[in-house]
Amino acid sequence: MYEAIAFYGFSAILLLAAVLVIVSRNPVHSVLWLILAFFNAAGLFVLLGAEFVAMILVIVYVGAVAVLFLFVVMMLDVDLSELRAGFAQYLPLGVLIGVVLLVELIFFVISGWTLGPALKSAIVAAAPDAAQVSNTRAIGRLLYTDYVFVFQGAGMVLLVAMIGAIVLTLRQRPGVRKQNIAAQVSRQRGDTVTLHKVETGAGA
Amino acid sequence: MGQFLPALPEIVLAVCSLALLIAGAFGGEKSTRSISYLALFALIVVAVLVLRQPDATTVVAFNGLFKSDAFGRIFKILILIGSGLSILLSMDWLEREKIARPEYPVLVLLATLGMLAMVSANDLLSLYVGLELQSLSLYVLAAFQRDTVKSSEAGLKYFVLGALSSGLLLWGTSLVYGFSGTTQFDRLAAVFATGPASVGVIIGLVFVAAGIAFKVSAVPFHMWTPDVYEGAPTPVTALFAMAPKVAAMGLFVRVLVGPFGHLLLEWRQIILFASVASMLLGSFAAIAQKNVKRLMAYSSIANVGYALLGLASGGLAGVQGVIIYMAIYVFMTAGSFGVILAMRRNGAAAENLDDLAGLGRSRPGLAIAMLIFMFALAGIPPLAGFWGKYYVFIAAIHAGDIAQAADANLLYAAAVIGVLTSAVAAFYYLRIVKIMYFDEPAPALDASPGRAVEAVVLVSVLVMLVVGALPTTLIDASIRAAKTLLTV
Repeated sequence: MYEAIAFYGFSAILLLAAVLVIVSRNPVHSVLWLILAFFNAAGLFVLLGAEFVAMILVIVYVGAVAVLFLFVVMMLDVDLSELRAGFAQYLPLGVLIGVVLLVELIFFVISGWTLGPALKSAIVAAAPDAAQVSNTRAIGRLLYTDYVFVFQGAGMVLLVAMIGAIVLTLRQRPGVRKQNIAAQVSRQRGDTVTLHKVETGAGA
Repeated sequence: MGQFLPALPEIVLAVCSLALLIAGAFGGEKSTRSISYLALFALIVVAVLVLRQPDATTVVAFNGLFKSDAFGRIFKILILIGSGLSILLSMDWLEREKIARPEYPVLVLLATLGMLAMVSANDLLSLYVGLELQSLSLYVLAAFQRDTVKSSEAGLKYFVLGALSSGLLLWGTSLVYGFSGTTQFDRLAAVFATGPASVGVIIGLVFVAAGIAFKVSAVPFHMWTPDVYEGAPTPVTALFAMAPKVAAMGLFVRVLVGPFGHLLLEWRQIILFASVASMLLGSFAAIAQKNVKRLMAYSSIANVGYALLGLASGGLAGVQGVIIYMAIYVFMTAGSFGVILAMRRNGAAAENLDDLAGLGRSRPGLAIAMLIFMFALAGIPPLAGFWGKYYVFIAAIHAGDIAQAADANLLYAAAVIGVLTSAVAAFYYLRIVKIMYFDEPAPALDASPGRAVEAVVLVSVLVMLVVGALPTTLIDASIRAAKTLLTV
């Protein structure tokens, strides 16, 4: 009963927020709606019993990604009218492609939606007994044993992303004063401060 | 510990690239050349490790995500050769263009790591991770000369279209998983062996094929190729044309012949279409090109078309044809780009076809090398390029003999079109020879392009001549590799 209410509540707000992300005119509002959508999706995960994924969603997506979006949206001077200039021009083509894809999907869902025979057993096999293993531990076990190859591979992909960002944007500008902490710390009083005796009335 | 051994080359390469990254970060820009040499050394070590794996064994490791077999090994060697040659080609060029930074060889190593992971993928997951590692490194390399508009444009274009194709691939993957219940290649093959596949699997297969077709730049997913090849720094273009092509082609063969091997009749028409369209477009569009790099882009599209013809033929002969074609293609491309890198006038790159005029008199050695590569690309015996085309066409004809009527006609037609388009392609390859030897000489090019580039050109010439005369070693190796793929 309560679960059903929570589910429909989270889902309704999630869908509403997702629509508002797209339709709101101000990009900052879009990001804020996106954060609301993330929170509700996290709620849905909790209802499913996947509390680890729910917390990760909040920490990573709300805490890092959405805040980064907010920074980008506020820092970059995005001219929306310019972005939408081609909108009407490409609308018919976009709608056409969308409709064709939708019709194809509907057609093939109705005509050929049979799950693979091996799938049911595969789904059951992947999930350990919830009573024995908490789902954080279950994910950890899978990630660091069975899927360690792709886990490390994904790590390398992230490393490349980091190298790429630095290679493409870091510039050593000439004539910029840089902080030299070692020099600052090792400064002695005598290096910079000198005491002059100025006679009374003779100071300039 | 023992279960990591099949992936030892990959692990060593990953550790080496990390170590070189740190060394480069401390060494700064002046360490680029030494980092490049160390990267080259790392590639050689990895190649030795790959060669030391017993030839006949097939090992599946990492819970079925990774497979080490003779098919993967021959492609790994080709990839390592391609990457190594591109590093050699890059060293002098980077210094001359004043963009020498130690991240360049490191990114090449990381891209190579992704390619190695691709060709030994035994699961749709590891396939995707390998592909992304490769692609992401290549996007960065394409934009490496960040102060020129063309290079930035090339990087951005490649990135946006590459992301789109990754999306297609992932969507196809999810459909395949949803309708078959597994992502592992061996289990997928077992599922499809039992009976006809559902519509969902076929649609997934089409999207997976489209995603990989983008990476090999087969028509109709080729649009990015000419712009990216022209805009990217020339050594990067050379890399694009060699290693990633080989890796994506190896992946294509592994995916379609392995898990989807039982669905040959479903995907053959798609691959045949891509093959014929690539051969036609690559040959005809190249005629109008003035820029050498754009010309090479269209030439590479046509070459992918020929290799895909081998894939569409399927079977032992088809896979063998692809391996031989790609092996020879790597060296033809390396040599041609070596000559293109040597084309500099007054310190700036000269990339137009007319700039080659009079090369026969001013730089006879370079001109004769270019002549050999152009003849090889055109498929004229006794050079190696001839054998690549020969085995692909033979495979198509043999596959036509045993296929059903409709498929047989398509295969015969594709082989005939292939021969005709290679005659068309011969026109623009030979036109380069004509420009070099018979046109009014243009102002002379700058002196030596550097010893490394000359070495690459020389090695490629030797391979063209030796493999052209004695192809048996390559043919034997390719048969052994093709067999391991098909018996599983």
